Order: sequence, then structure tokens, then C-alpha cells
Amino acid sequence: MITLKINGFDVEVKEGATIYHAASSIGVKIPTLCYDERLKPHGSCRICVVEVEGARSLMASCSTPAANGMVVHTESEAVVTARKELLDLILANHPLDCLTCEKAGRCTLQDLCYQYDIEESTFDGKRKSYEKDASNEFYTADQTKCILCGKCVYVCSQVQNTDAICFVDRGFETHIGTPFDMGLSESTCVSCGNCVAVCPVGALMPKRKEKFRYWEVEKVKTTCSYCGVGCQMELLVKDGKVVEVEPVKGHSNDGLLCVKGRFSYDFVNHPSRLKKPLVRKNGVLEEVTWDEAYETIVDKIKEIKAADGPDAIAAFSSARGLTEENYLMTKMMRAVIGTNNVDHCARL
Amino acid sequence: MDLYRSHVLVCGGTGCVSSESMKIIESFETELAKHNIEKEIKVVKTGCFGLCEAGPIVIVYPEGAFYSMIKVSDVPLIVEEHLLKGRIVTDLLYKDHTTDETMNSIDDVGFYKKQQRVALRNCGVINPEIIEEYIAYDGYQALAKVLTEMTPDEVVDIIKRSGLRGRGGGGFPTGLKWEFTQKAPGDIKYVACNADEGDPGAFMDRSVLEGDPHAIVEAMTIAGYAVGACKGFVYVRAEYPIAVKRLQIAIDQAKENGLLGDDIFGTGYGFDMEIRLGAGAFVCGEETALIASIEGKRGMPKVRPPFPAIKGIFDKPTLLNNVETFANITQIILKGADWFAGIGTEKSKGTKVFALAGKINNTGLLEIPMGTTLRETIYEVGGGIPNGKAFKAVQTGGPSGGCIPAEYLDTPIDYDNLISLGSMMGSGGMIVLDEDNCMVDVARFFLDFTEEESCGKCTPCREGTKRMHELLDKIVEGKGTMDDVAKLETLAKTIKGASLCGLGQTAPNPVLSTLKYFRHEYEAHVNDKKCPAGVCQALLQYLVIDDLCKKCGICAAKCPVNCISGVKGKEIYHIDQERCIKCGACLVACPFKAIKKG
Amino acid sequence: MKSIAELEAIRKKAQDSVKLRSERDGIRVVVGMATCGIAAGARPVMMALVEEVSKRQLKNVVVTQTGCIGACRLEPMVEVYQGDEKVTYVKLTPEDARKIVAEHLVNGHIVKECTIGAYEK
Repeated sequence: MITLKINGFDVEVKEGATIYHAASSIGVKIPTLCYDERLKPHGSCRICVVEVEGARSLMASCSTPAANGMVVHTESEAVVTARKELLDLILANHPLDCLTCEKAGRCTLQDLCYQYDIEESTFDGKRKSYEKDASNEFYTADQTKCILCGKCVYVCSQVQNTDAICFVDRGFETHIGTPFDMGLSESTCVSCGNCVAVCPVGALMPKRKEKFRYWEVEKVKTTCSYCGVGCQMELLVKDGKVVEVEPVKGHSNDGLLCVKGRFSYDFVNHPSRLKKPLVRKNGVLEEVTWDEAYETIVDKIKEIKAADGPDAIAAFSSARGLTEENYLMTKMMRAVIGTNNVDHCARL
Repeated sequence: MDLYRSHVLVCGGTGCVSSESMKIIESFETELAKHNIEKEIKVVKTGCFGLCEAGPIVIVYPEGAFYSMIKVSDVPLIVEEHLLKGRIVTDLLYKDHTTDETMNSIDDVGFYKKQQRVALRNCGVINPEIIEEYIAYDGYQALAKVLTEMTPDEVVDIIKRSGLRGRGGGGFPTGLKWEFTQKAPGDIKYVACNADEGDPGAFMDRSVLEGDPHAIVEAMTIAGYAVGACKGFVYVRAEYPIAVKRLQIAIDQAKENGLLGDDIFGTGYGFDMEIRLGAGAFVCGEETALIASIEGKRGMPKVRPPFPAIKGIFDKPTLLNNVETFANITQIILKGADWFAGIGTEKSKGTKVFALAGKINNTGLLEIPMGTTLRETIYEVGGGIPNGKAFKAVQTGGPSGGCIPAEYLDTPIDYDNLISLGSMMGSGGMIVLDEDNCMVDVARFFLDFTEEESCGKCTPCREGTKRMHELLDKIVEGKGTMDDVAKLETLAKTIKGASLCGLGQTAPNPVLSTLKYFRHEYEAHVNDKKCPAGVCQALLQYLVIDDLCKKCGICAAKCPVNCISGVKGKEIYHIDQERCIKCGACLVACPFKAIKKG
Repeated sequence: MKSIAELEAIRKKAQDSVKLRSERDGIRVVVGMATCGIAAGARPVMMALVEEVSKRQLKNVVVTQTGCIGACRLEPMVEVYQGDEKVTYVKLTPEDARKIVAEHLVNGHIVKECTIGAYEK
């Protein structure tokens, strides 16, 4: 174990833990724009710098291992000055369109500028300007708003293993792009949206079907219904309508979602969504009760089995069912009905 | 092997090749054949001699006659007079700037007198494309000694005791690095050589690879044995085609001769190496970025720890040293740690190669013992400032270094002294600046470089260098305020303290050191709207001195924008400052020196 | 490379070819190779010297050339420098040259009959 002092408090952490971990363990929050515990520490934004007594310069807490006897200050004058300067630099190259930016209310840059009283940049120089890439079906990439924290690139390469995007060019011209800057639709992007989920600013945004502000929505935590993995997610609901889905850290998904769970929530509020069972009567589908629907199924199965034998019946089950439910389906077909005619959509 | 009565050594370094030294070799061969003496005289293509200012260089042995600035048209004369008749062509011999004396022999040239060549020992002496010549100068003896007589621990120990420090700029003790890699757990380890020399004006690594590539092959094999690696990578920038070619030839020859490969000298130890070409990013000289590039990824620095000695190439323990560092290894093994530790200062041992450039008579490559003063280097080895101009500063360490003013000229050069002066050793660039250089402009030049070469990963370096550059632009254009100077200084300190890698942490050095030693120049730009050195165009004014004007009108005739008015023979001429583009044509044209720059 | 002996063999052989560039001690044999010398037959003499020195693998001998020594009537002339001593041979033939290598350079006996002293008597 390692013992160190953070803001005057003694902290004990395991060997290998960073200063950031140590601080979090006692509830000291160090601001950051680029840290994500699922990624290898990359130390890009430098906002998390802290003062370590005796060190030559400020240290990035996200990537500096805690050491015995370290004395750390997370909000000292030198630290605050450096953070302000860094925010000043970021803001010098970031549009101040918070009034209309869809990220407003959930933008880490906005929060940090509020925390450190940065109203606008003191630098008056060149600003980057890129065309928004809207070629992806589900989200947009606006490099003009990008602060190059790198999280999207590393989530794509280290966690999602897709490597669709990377840093392009050098120096001030650096931006995130696809091979040959041909646009997201031409890339290997699988539209999982995990990059969108980690973007601290409004550079990567889901394409919205309707306008809303983050402070207007109610969050409903649920399990994704698309397949049996059990990804945890939150539905953002405005006026009883799902307007966006966000991943939540669950045991099975660790904060990730796939294209379906992330972006395919239209059906929830769709007018032609089936909410009650239908039975065809005299050529017309009619709404019936669940009991009547089950009875119809049982009657029909019995009738067919008696007339043509069990192999005249087949079952097709859905990936939206759980593993247990799918198991029960095969059990029922084989043991109750007596046929091997059972299949599953995930096999296709 | 045939015996020759005379050897003609022609420099095949990049500097001389670009001034047609290859054609000189061809011409020697045809001329010798013409006189039927090609069997008596051998023409050898060598690596860089170091005195690039005087290139192309030809040395004729046994006399050691040192011919400089040779043109293809000079060759027939040298062949006929010197090689055929034995009369040295005095007119073509190198002339020393300091004494203006013609030097017969390479040993007499002042440029070489103070030098002690360890890393460059074979450059300009052997033919780098012939392994036998390297062997003749004790090549591969150190490897033989290491493999047959020494344990890996003993090798690490001798390097540690020698006091050798990394020549790439950081100055980390080499022996410790070897020890860390040796002790790092892991079955597979790598040795890597950093030959991604990117500092503008620095070319010592190139010269070693071009002039003595086997020294690197041998040293890397020794290092592999010491740390327990059997594979090496040399990361060379693709902009060094001659170095790459000769290194490849050396690797192939070493393989043919069994000096690379399995079971070297029958000891059971095997080592192999390959070249990886850089794609032109300056930041790839930073070790973690270099490793990423070797792995095939974008060259961007990573956070340390873990250090390469623990997790390097493909996450395996990796020993990474610079070319010049490796070039010292065989000599330390052969001559001993005490010999090496006997050269230099208390904390910086051995010699250091510098690339001398700028306002200096002897532009070129020199190797001097650590502890030589800046004054000795610039005035004795470098031959002083040309045209009788006054020395202003010396910029060391390339774009990561700083400017050192005249009052510190007597500082002995070593790692720690340069850092305490706000500069650094870096890879050994040394740019001499004279009274005609504007220090603000110099700072801006280096910022221009670092801003473009920033990898874009961390905020302070990517955004900060851009803003520093913009502030400097403002100042040289005469639009700066003292607030801008203060802002520049704060920003420089933030970037230095908060950047991720060495590039960002050192990028503000040119600004900080010029602010420290030449603040008055910044103030002159801001307060007086004047550039004291007369460099910054926006602050320049060309004025007619009324008393001297002879009303001849030549200036007006030469002016490309017709902004000079007057009447020939009747009225004194006048320059319209609004329209003047500051080209200086009038100043050059005026026969009466009646136009001044101010 | 299977053994250090092999490396040593290469080194020995290669050193012969490069020693011209570093060897400043030992014996220097200087042939007058100005127009006068060449006209009088200095080239065959020089070739004979080089050949003989090479054949005998004399490591401390450098054969080199110089310009006109001044006594053109005595060409081909050869001067042998060893330490502070200098011996001047005159009117040489290739055969004389071979003899000088064998007797003077190898055994240390000056070939008296070819020296300037003997000729001028």
C-alpha cells in the first residue's frame, strides 16, 4: 500500500494507482476533459494537472502514479492558474455558441469554464473551421467544436476495436478524421455511437429527431431490449416521449452500446407499434385479449399436429428474448410438440 | 588487396554529395585512367569530414593534403600536378579563416586541432561501404571482447562507470538505462537506435551513419548482449537516403560475415537488426512516439511511466539510445571506462559532437571534449564570426534550446551548465548569431517550427505554441504591447510546465531565454516600434539622407513600386513610407550611400 | 564469423590497405615523380618498389611520391627516410629498386653502389 497526502488528507491506495484514483477515493474531484477509466491513460487535455511538492513541474494526475510520501495539492494557486490558462487556450479555438449548442447543460468544457470563471478567451487569433460531417445516419461530427481530447479515437480503437477514426495532420491543423478524410459514411464506422457517448463537448452529437434541452428530460434507467446481453441504458424522456438513449455502466456493457440500443428507439413512440395482440378474423386483423390470443395459438397447434403431425409445425425465436427464454422455446418445441423445427434470428 | 601509393579520400557526406562530390569521384577515376595511374592510386568515398563549410573536401594521403571547395573542373589539375608530378596544388588547399594561412595537412587545420574524435573517429577516414576497412580500424574487436570475455553484467558495469550520458539531448545516464532494461522482466527484449534526427541544422547522427555505419551495428549488438535482446531496430528518417543505404549495406555485410545473425563468434549469442524509416515527423524523435511509429502507429508520445525500459516496442522492455551514444560504445569497451571518464567534466563525460552553423566561419561538424568553453568552440574551432561582425548569442539545442548571450561565452559546455543557462544540449545543434540577428525573430523562427511539428495531442503544446507564434508575429509587426510580452511569458511557462512530452516542455525555451537575456529587444519592438538589428521588415524604414542625395534619380528608377519621388538634378528624392514594400533595392542602387535603413 | 581468429585475419589484411592514411612513422620511400623523373623512367621504378613492398608485406614502409628533387640529371631518384636519416639513391632501374627493398628496407644494409655518393665519385 502507498500513503500520500492530498489537500492535507492522508490517503492510502494500492500500488499502481494514480494520483487521480487516490483523490477520487477520498472524494476529491479533479477536473478532466479526457480521462476515462476504460482507456489507457493518455494525458491529453492536461486539465487534471496537480501540484506535487518537490516536483519540477505540474503533474497530470490521471497518469502519474501515486508514490509514498507524496504531498499533492489539487486546487493550489499554481494549479488553478494553469487550468485557467489551459481553458483559455481551449476556448480560443472553440466556438462560443452555447446558446444554441445542443450539448449545453451537459458540456464538460462549459462546466469547467463556469467553475474557473472563464467567460471568454483572452487570445484573439486563428480559429479552426471545418465542415460538419453529417454523412453518418445517426450522429454528426463537427470538428470545429472538437477540443481534441482524443477519447473518441481511443474508445474506437481500444474498447470498440473498430479503428474507424484517428488524429489527422499535425500541430494546429490536427483534427479527428477518417482515412483520407473521406467522411464517416466511407469509413469502417459501425455507428455504435460509443465515441458520441464519451465526447465531452458538442463535437459528436446524435442526430435529433426533435429539439430538447438536457435539463428538460427525465432519465429512465432500463435494460436494452434488443438482445440478450442485457446492456444497461438510460432513456431520456421529454413529455412522455423517448428523445435519446444513453449508455449506463452495467456489468455486461461497461458503458457501451451498439447501434441498435443507442440509436434505434423510434419504435417506442411509433404510431404503428403493436401494443396488443391481433388475431385475423374473416381476413381482418382484430385486436383481442392476451388470453384469447394464447387460446388461438394452442388450438391451432393442436389442430395442425393432429392433422399433419408435429413436423408440420416450426418455431422461430427472437434475439430480443433472453437466453433462458430461448432455451424454453427449444424445450417446448422438442418436448411438448415433438419436432426439431426450431430456429433463431441470430443464426442468419 | 592491392597496395596503392596514394589514397584520394573524397567526402561522400550529404553536404558534399549535394555539391557534386560524386561527380568529383567519377572525374578522378577518368582522369587517373587517362594518365594510366589508376592502379597506383585509390579513390575512396568516405563519410563526412565535418568541415562542411569548405566542402566538397578531398584529402590526398600519404601527404594528408587537405583540398577544399573542389569543383569537378579542379580534378584534372590535382591529378596532373599532385598525383602525377607530386606537386601539391597550393591554390586549392584549405585556408584557415583565423590565420589566413594555407594548410597543407589536415592535422594543421585549426578546425581539427581542438577536436577529439571519438564518435566521429572513422568519419572521413574509412570507406563506410567496405567492412574490411572498418575492421582494419579495430572494428568488431569490442564485440569479440564482449562476447568472449565479458558477462552482460560486466558490460553494463563498464558503461555505467564510463559516465556516458544520452547524446540525444536528455542526458540520461546510459549505463542506468542499460541496467533498467537488463533487469526488466521479459523473455523478449529489443534494442532500438534513435536516428530520427530532426533538429534543424543538426546532422551528427547522419554523419555517423554515413561515415561509420558499422560502429552502430557493432554497438547495438553489444547492447543486445548486455540487456538480453536479440533484435534491434534502427529508426532513421527517410530524408536521409545515403545514411539508410550505407546502414543497410553495413547490416548486409555484417550478416554475410557472421557478425550479425545466429551464433556470433561461435558463442551461441545471436542478434539481428532492421531499419525502420520515419515518415517525417519531428516528434518521432521523442522516444515514446518513436516506439509508436516503429509499431506502425501514428507517432504520438505516450505518458511515462511505463518507461520504454519496462514497456517499449510492442510492450516489451526496450533499450533506446541515440546514434551518437551508440557511436561511443565500442571505444569505451576497448579503451576502458576510466579512459572515457577521464575526458570531459565531472558530470558530463566524454566528447560531444556539435553541428556548428549560422554566423560562423567554419560551418560544420565538430567533436570536442565536454567542458570546452563556448568561446573556444566558437572562436578557435569555429574560426569566429565572419566579416568582422560582433557576436550576439549562440543558440544551442535546436528548437528546444535557448539563446546564450556573450557574457556566458566562458561557460564550459556540459549538460547541466547549458540547462542552468536556460538552454540545453539537445542533439548538439549550435547556431551562432551576430549583431545582424534579431532575437525576437529568432524566437519566432523556432516557434514556427515547433508549432508545425507539435503532434497535436496535448492542449498546451498544440494550442499554446500557436498562440505564442501569433503573439510573436504581432510583436515583430510592431503591433505588440507590453501586455502581449507579459502574456507571452506566462503562456511560455504554462506550456513548459504542463505539456505531455519533451517537445512541448522545451518548445518555449527559445522565447524564455530571449526574454531573459534580450528583453530590451522585445521592448524596442513594442515601445519604440524599432527592430534594433534591422531584421523585422514591418519596423524597417528606408530613408533618403538629404545631405548626401545627389538628385541622380537612380533610386527612383530601381524602385519596383514607384514610391520614390523627386526631380532629377533639381529636387532631393523622397520615399513614400506608406507605399514602400521595404525591398531594399534603393539602398543597393544608390551610388552615394544616401539611403539608410532604420 | 565463426572465430576471433578469422576477424583478426581480416583485420591484418585490411590494415595493409589503409595504413597509408595513418602511418607517419617507419620508413618513407619517396620517389621523385616530377616531369623530369617520369621522363627518366621513375614510373617503372615506383611500380617495382610498390610491388616489392607489397609482396614482402612490409608494414612500416610507405612508398610515396614527390616532386622534383632538384638534381634532374640524376633521375630516377629515390630517397629513403628513416628517423632522422636520409639516403638518396640515383639513376635507378626497376631491378635496383627491388634490390633496395630487399637489402635496405628489409635488412638495413644501404645499397652503396646506387647512392648519390657512389655515383658522384
